[in-house]
Amino acid sequence: MSAVAHDDAHHEQHPYWIKRWLFTTNHKDIGTLYLWLSLLMFFIGGIMALIVRTELFQPGLQFVDPQFFLSMTTMHALVMIFGVIMPGFVGLANWLIPMMIGAPDMALPRMNNWSFWILPFAFAMLLSTLFMDGGAPAAGWTMYAPLVLQTGAAFPFLVFSIHFMGLSSILGAINIIATILNMRAPGMTLMKMPLFVWTWLITAYLLIAVMPVLAGAVTMLLTDKYFGTSFFNAAGGGDPVLFQHVFWFFGHPEVYILILPSFGVISSIVPTFARKPLFGYASMVYATASIAFLSFIVWSHHMFTVGMPLAGLLFFMFATMLIAVPTGVKVFNWVATMWRGSLTFETPMLFAIAFIVLFTIGGFSGLMLAIVPADFQYQDTYFVVAHFHYVLVPGSIFALMAAVYYWLPKWTGHMYNERLGKWHFWLTTIFVNLTFFPMHFVGLAGMPRRIPDYALQFTEYNMIETIGAFGFGLSQLLFVYIVVQTIRGGEKATAQVWDGARGLEWTLPSPPPYHSFTTAPEVK
Amino acid sequence: MAHAQSQEHYYIPHGSHWPIIGSIGVATMMVGGATWLNGAEQGRIVLMIGAIITLSMVFGWFGTVIRESESGIYNDQVDRSFRWGMVWFIFSEVMFFGAFFGALYYARIWSMPWLGGEGAGVATQFFLWPGFEAMWPQTANGPAQIGGEFKVMEAWGIPAINTLILLSSGATVTWAHWGLKANKRAQLILGLILTIALGVLFISLQATEYVHAYHELNLTLESGIYGSTFFMLTGFHGLHVTLGAIMLTVILLRSILGHFTPEHHFGFEAVAWYWHFVDVVWLGLFIFVYWL
Ligand SMILES: [Cu+2]
Repeated sequence: MSAVAHDDAHHEQHPYWIKRWLFTTNHKDIGTLYLWLSLLMFFIGGIMALIVRTELFQPGLQFVDPQFFLSMTTMHALVMIFGVIMPGFVGLANWLIPMMIGAPDMALPRMNNWSFWILPFAFAMLLSTLFMDGGAPAAGWTMYAPLVLQTGAAFPFLVFSIHFMGLSSILGAINIIATILNMRAPGMTLMKMPLFVWTWLITAYLLIAVMPVLAGAVTMLLTDKYFGTSFFNAAGGGDPVLFQHVFWFFGHPEVYILILPSFGVISSIVPTFARKPLFGYASMVYATASIAFLSFIVWSHHMFTVGMPLAGLLFFMFATMLIAVPTGVKVFNWVATMWRGSLTFETPMLFAIAFIVLFTIGGFSGLMLAIVPADFQYQDTYFVVAHFHYVLVPGSIFALMAAVYYWLPKWTGHMYNERLGKWHFWLTTIFVNLTFFPMHFVGLAGMPRRIPDYALQFTEYNMIETIGAFGFGLSQLLFVYIVVQTIRGGEKATAQVWDGARGLEWTLPSPPPYHSFTTAPEVK
Repeated sequence: MAHAQSQEHYYIPHGSHWPIIGSIGVATMMVGGATWLNGAEQGRIVLMIGAIITLSMVFGWFGTVIRESESGIYNDQVDRSFRWGMVWFIFSEVMFFGAFFGALYYARIWSMPWLGGEGAGVATQFFLWPGFEAMWPQTANGPAQIGGEFKVMEAWGIPAINTLILLSSGATVTWAHWGLKANKRAQLILGLILTIALGVLFISLQATEYVHAYHELNLTLESGIYGSTFFMLTGFHGLHVTLGAIMLTVILLRSILGHFTPEHHFGFEAVAWYWHFVDVVWLGLFIFVYWL
């Protein structure tokens, strides 16, 4: 008999349709909703990117007007960050954390429901700005004052949708922390937790610490525009640079919010397919914690050219470079895990290895950007675009895809089509490099970002990038096909799925029961 | 399932329609507010409708949780989850205030002196605002004197009295907590009534201070960075005190109805924590906004 206490007596069967999806308190259903939202927004944000790339296929202005071009770069970033990567990893957290720590569900299931159901409303509000007077926000996702204050009717919608997404993130993060701290099975001590759980614990802490700061920053924008405050107005004793400081105090930890859960995913996948335990578990935990700590004291590396005392430049340069140490520890540990392992290369492993290589490229270009005198040259060029796309696409997005291939058999009870999975991997990896690698060159040669036109000498590389972008986008249709095919049927998956897989989630049947662990498992 | 109280058993709440109603309510409020800000008066009506939906969500959701809690189906693990939830929620609030304290700090330490020509601000001052003397708070409505001449709020009038009021309310709520733990219900109820009374007194004094600022000191939200930080910090704080007083009132009504036991009273503690948090923020305000 189930030991889950319910005030109404449904156990393994669950309610249907509206009652199931709208009112759900189930971590798997909510995780599924998050993942589908993430996939949908991936295509919406992707279409925006393709509009940008279409315009940049040739020099000159041909397809869209510059204002709309800037709306597209702005909205693409907001959608991809807040609508794809963050919900994607929260979806994984929902599905996996209770199963990994031996809990029946999340700690605060109703709040969990709300964290998800805020998002469709927030994004409806954000996307509706595309049809407003003055167009969608076009001042960049960083919303620098005073430029962003020139936004038309879209402005208050932009601010409120960010408040709303922030609320969702904070509630979700509170829930994840409460779950990890309070719902672990007996014997599951902190230092026995899978690394995915650890990285999410730290990510959730970062979310709670910085999302309110972003809320404060956009609130100040709102009152500056409509209520006559002078936060970012020098004439009134304020300073536009103040916005950049507040924004990046949120913004830099935010990039770790986007990447730390990927580290957790990769740290789960590599040991499975190397058939060896993770090398240096404790050092991984400490490295994650150090990265999180350092992320609070490096934000001004986004503003080196804005004008800052020399001492500030030096401090933020060295603090930023220091992050390479814990990140290097991680990369070393993944490689050491594979060292002399009996490796096999199923799709999740392929994505994980590509992550390690390509994310490291993004890390190195980040290190270059951290060097103040060099950054003076790179600032606002395509080199910066290349850098953050390397950490976010073959970084975060690859980790999400690796995670889907890795856990999809567990979630659905079916194996995905390995042949198609490999096709998807190779197409994605080739096109992602075709898209973003040439950006390093045009950036170093001086091509500025956020401009719909460029000098003639950049044409060939831009054409290659556009072709790569369309190839990348189309390859993702294959991903959708594989996922849908796996949900609908396929070879039955065993409970363990992968012969090298270790951890509590693999002790549950595939697919797992509606309430993961109804009685706490014993953890030795 | 009557044995659900022990530690080996888990509790999972059944589904709820309140979250989605909350999303609809808040989204309606935001759309209404945004259209209003864009100059359409009808936005106000939409805002009101959204507020009503949101309020009904708050009543409904908390009502459900209170009923469930009183029927005794929550175990210790649920109690601990709620505690962690509240602790981290308060931490997020601290960070929200941190953004505005940061703005105040930045304006006082950096942007005002730079406008006055200090350090790298030499050229800015020479070309843009020649002759501007940066003095906090006297000229803190900036070189363009935005909002016109103003006088600053003195720390040792109403603000000092308000500090005393809020500190005593922290003591009375703790006294009420002692009453609850010792099962002295009269002390609990009296302590709560005193706390709420002090909270209301604080809010009314704060309102008097705002009237005074606007009418006699010409200190408004538009008085440059001084007015911006002053009203945004004290305003958000006042909002939190109001919210805290409402929460305390709910706790008072529940106490009168006989809710809470000496062992189980998370609702009371959560509100008490919140009240102390509001208290601490006020100390920061008193020192950095009014006094120094
Ligand atoms: Cu950064």
